[in-house]
Amino acid sequence: MTEQRTYIQGLVLNEETRCTLADLCRLCGVNAEIIHDMIEEGVIHPEGPSPREWRFTYIAIKRVQTAVRLQQDLRVNLPGCALALDLLEELEDLRRLSRRN
Amino acid sequence: MEYKDYYQILGITRDATQDQIKQAYRKVARKYHPDVSKERDAEVKFKAAGEAYEVLKDPEKRAAYDKFGANWRDGENFEPPPNWDAGFEFRGAGYTGGDSAGFSDFFESLFGHGHTGGRQQHVFRMKGEDQHAKIMISLKDAYFGAKQTLTLSRPVVDNNGRVRTSPHSLHVVIPKGIIEGQRIRLEGQGLPGYGGSPPRGLFFEIALPEGRLFFAEKRDIHLTLPIAPWEAALGATLTIPTLGGNVQIKIPPGSQGGKKLRLKGKGLSTGNHQGDQIVTLQIVVPEAKTEEQRRLYKTMAEKIPFNPRSELGI
Repeated sequence: MTEQRTYIQGLVLNEETRCTLADLCRLCGVNAEIIHDMIEEGVIHPEGPSPREWRFTYIAIKRVQTAVRLQQDLRVNLPGCALALDLLEELEDLRRLSRRN
Repeated sequence: MEYKDYYQILGITRDATQDQIKQAYRKVARKYHPDVSKERDAEVKFKAAGEAYEVLKDPEKRAAYDKFGANWRDGENFEPPPNWDAGFEFRGAGYTGGDSAGFSDFFESLFGHGHTGGRQQHVFRMKGEDQHAKIMISLKDAYFGAKQTLTLSRPVVDNNGRVRTSPHSLHVVIPKGIIEGQRIRLEGQGLPGYGGSPPRGLFFEIALPEGRLFFAEKRDIHLTLPIAPWEAALGATLTIPTLGGNVQIKIPPGSQGGKKLRLKGKGLSTGNHQGDQIVTLQIVVPEAKTEEQRRLYKTMAEKIPFNPRSELGI
């Protein structure tokens, strides 16, 4: 018996991804107020002049999700999240470099 | 079921104060947080610590747990004695916080929602959650695109209200030109909520292996190409591997070791973004094994005026 398989085509979050404030809230399960606070603290940087025109990259989606987890799990506050995320990115780059040498 | 040594998991003694328990938990949680730690099994250890803390931070639960005695070892087969929880006041309380998905059977049957000692069945509804997973795909699959079947273990609630983990398979399209760290979101494939709340999304993050020949750096694929000194000096046309199959490459005359050649479009490309293959030349010097070969090197030394150390000023 052969099984008919349906392959799911997901949404690829890559460098072409640009999402609106509403999309970002939905994807990350948070409200707009939280996003505003994160922008204010430098966790993420939107492209575009006003909230209506803000666009966020796939990296912003990941940073918001990580920040939410760090807040919940480790009780890190927002400036702490921004710092931790920057350091994690730097660490990731260094790890990549050290793997090559 | 297996006994869980919550004190051992947090690395504390049985007489630890509530403050010490909190500090130990925070330390372990920071160390093994899946977003921070690169350790293998970080997530398992992080969840185990959360479970241990869930019990030990609550004096009632801790006292009930302590009644089992200090002689049990982690992982040992364990059945609670009858009425072990008599006189304690946490019945049906379930979780007080934290992410309960993936707590052990041990926890579930003693302190969890499935706790059968409670007189009333606790009805609860919990929001579905996003699920996050990392998958390793081959460089070839990233280059060409692929179809993959992923198996994730996820908690499900059975008819008795107990939480069990069960394997769940998903067939997923991996698009051509996906790169390390990018994620694919599958709508509605995350953890289902309990009590009929709809599931959210599943995010899986792409990891690429360090191959024997190739490694990826963003969209570029790197290959180190060993060449002979005469190929470097005189130039050559060589056949080399790429992820898409063998191609011919021209080595310009007078190439030095470390020189990089770029093969456009031979990396991880999508319709809009091009990745290249970067070929780094590595000059390999043949050993002079026979008298004749040694003579050839000596002739080169005589006939080719060359000071490789001129930049050192000597």
